[in-house]
Amino acid sequence: MTQPIYGVMAEFDNPSALVNAARAAREKGYRKLDAYSPFPIEELSDALHLHKNKLPLLVLIGGIVGGTLGYMLQYFVTVMYYPINIGGRPLHSWPSYIIITFEMTILFAALTAVFGMLGLCGLPMPYHPAFNVPRFAEASRNRFFLCIESADPLFDREKTCEFLETLEPREVSEVAH
Amino acid sequence: MAYDRQVIDQPSKKIIAPGYTFGTVTDQIASVVLTRKTPYVVMGTFAVAMGLLLIFLLAIGLLFTKGLGVWGLRGPTMWAWDITNFVWWVGIGHAGTLISAILLLLNQQWRNSINRFAEAMTIFAVACAGMFPILHLGRPWLMYWLFPYPNTMGIEPNFRSPLVWDVFAVSTYATVSVLFWYVGLMPDLATLRDRSEHRALKVAYGVLAMGWRGSARHWAVYETASLLLAGLATPLVLSVHTVVSLDFTVGIVPGWHSTFFPPYFVAGAIYSGFAMVLALAIPLRSVYGLKGLITDKHLDNAAKVMMATGLIVGYSYIMEAFSAWYSGNVFEQAAMWNRMTGPYKYHYWVLIACNVIAPNALWFKKVRGNTVVLFIWSMIVLVGMWLERFVIIVASLAQDNLPSSWRVFESTRWDWATYLGTIGLFLFLFMLFIRLLPMISIFEVRTLLPQARVREGARE
Repeated sequence: MTQPIYGVMAEFDNPSALVNAARAAREKGYRKLDAYSPFPIEELSDALHLHKNKLPLLVLIGGIVGGTLGYMLQYFVTVMYYPINIGGRPLHSWPSYIIITFEMTILFAALTAVFGMLGLCGLPMPYHPAFNVPRFAEASRNRFFLCIESADPLFDREKTCEFLETLEPREVSEVAH
Repeated sequence: MAYDRQVIDQPSKKIIAPGYTFGTVTDQIASVVLTRKTPYVVMGTFAVAMGLLLIFLLAIGLLFTKGLGVWGLRGPTMWAWDITNFVWWVGIGHAGTLISAILLLLNQQWRNSINRFAEAMTIFAVACAGMFPILHLGRPWLMYWLFPYPNTMGIEPNFRSPLVWDVFAVSTYATVSVLFWYVGLMPDLATLRDRSEHRALKVAYGVLAMGWRGSARHWAVYETASLLLAGLATPLVLSVHTVVSLDFTVGIVPGWHSTFFPPYFVAGAIYSGFAMVLALAIPLRSVYGLKGLITDKHLDNAAKVMMATGLIVGYSYIMEAFSAWYSGNVFEQAAMWNRMTGPYKYHYWVLIACNVIAPNALWFKKVRGNTVVLFIWSMIVLVGMWLERFVIIVASLAQDNLPSSWRVFESTRWDWATYLGTIGLFLFLFMLFIRLLPMISIFEVRTLLPQARVREGARE
C-alpha cells in the first residue's frame, strides 16, 4: 500500500493550455481541482466557475458599519457626552459630521476588503501540499499548473494521471501530503 | 537554477518593450532585489539621505528641548513652513493613489509598471507629511489627544473643527494606502520567496507572502479585492486634499476663505505628485536599466497628466485673483494685492512662472521626450508647488485683518533643517524600498505581455 497523496498536478507553459486543460477536467466531471498561475487569468475563473464570491457583500457591510459608527460617535460626543454651546447653534450639527462619517466608511470598508480577502483565501497559510512539488516554485514565475485533488470522488491515482497526460502537459507529478 | 539573464534596456514607444517573456520580466525585476549589486549611485543617495535624516533628528531634538520658537513662528504667522511642508508632502502622495487606484478603474494598462513605486512614494510622502502637524503641536507626545477616547479629563475633540477632520482623513489615507500597497505586493513577495536562494530570505519573504501560491480561487477573490480597494481609494484620495483645503477655507483669514479651494488643491496635489513620480522614475530606470519596462511612453503620459493638472492650477490662480476682485470685499482684495506686490511678491511671481508658464513647455513632444529636460521640469514644478502653499499660508497670515499686528515671516535654519530632514527621511525610506522589495509590480507586468492573452480559438 502506497502513501495517500494530495493529488496529481500537471505543468503547462502557457495560459491557453492551462485554461483548456481546466475546461477539459471540468468537462470530464472533476470538481475538486485548482489551477495555479503567476498572474490572474480571467478565462481561468470562467473555466473553473469562480466568478461569484462574498467579498463585495462583506465590504458593503463593513462600509455601512463604519459609517454608522462614525456618525454615532460624533453624535454621542457632541450632543450627549461633551456638548459645547457656541452661540446657541444646534448641538446636532450634522453637516460637520459628514467628513468623519465618510472617512470611517472608507476605513472600515477597506479593512474589510483586505481582511475579508485574506479570510476567504484562507491566508496566511504556513503549509500547503502544492509546495511539495519541486517544480512548483516556477508557479510564481512562468509556469502554469493544474491540480486534481484526491478528495475528488472521480479521483483515481492512475486514471487521473493518464487523463492529465492526454492534455499535453510538460510534466505530470504526484503531490505528496 | 540557471535562468536566462536576458535584460532588455532599450527605449520603447510602447508600454513594454517587445521581446520580454514571463521569465525575463520576473528575473529582471527580482534581480534588483536578490542578486544584483547595489549601484554606487544608489549607495551615494542613501548616504546623503542618511545624513539629512540625522539633521532631521537633530532639528526635532532641538525643537523638543527649546520649543516651537526655534522655527520662525512669530505672531501673527503661527503657521508657516511646517504647514507648507505638510500640504506639499500630502499633495505629492496623491499621484501614487491616482496611478494605483483611479487608473486601475479606468483600465489604463500603462499604470502597471509604475504603480508599485508610485504607491511607495505615497506612503513615504504621507509619513513625511504626518511629521509636521505632529511636531507643530508644541507637545507632540500628547498627540493621542487628537483622537476620541474615553479619558479622565472628561474632554473630547471638537468634531466641528477641520483640524480634527484632517486627523481622520490623513490617518485613514495612510492606513488604506499601506493596505492597498501590501495587497499588491503579496504575489510578488511569493515570487521573491520562490526565487531567493538564501534560507533567511526565503523565510522572510515567505512570512510576508503569507503562503500565497497563485491559486485560481485566490486570484478570483484577489481581483475583486483590488477593484474594491481601488474604488474605495478613489473618493478617499479626492477627499484627503479636500479636507486639507478645508483647514484653510473654514478659517476667515482673507486669502483662505473661498469655496474653490478643494478642486484647486486636488489638482495641485496631482500636479506635484506626478512631478515627483517623474523625478523618481527618470533616475531609477537609467540606474537599474529598466527602460524596457518604464518606457518613454510612461514618461510621456505622466508629463501629459502633469501638464493637464498644471493648467487647472493655472486656471485656479486666475480665478483666485478674479474672485478676490469680484467679491467686492476689501480684505480679500487687499490680501490678493499684498500677495502680488507686498513682501512676498518674489515668491508669488516665481510660483506663477513655475506653475503657470513652465508647464506649457510640455505641449511640445520634444520636451516630453527629453528625459533630462523632463527631470528639470519636474523639479521646477515641485519648487513651484512648495511656493504656492507658502504664499497661500504665510502671505495671508503675515498681513491679515489687523494691520497693527502685521509682521514679515523670516525662516530660521531649523525650518530648513526640518524640511530638508524630511526629504532625507523620504529618500531613506525609498532607497530601502527599492533595495528590499520589487519596485515594479511583477505580476501586473506579466499581464501586459502578448503571451498572457488566452487564445479564444482554443475553446472547445
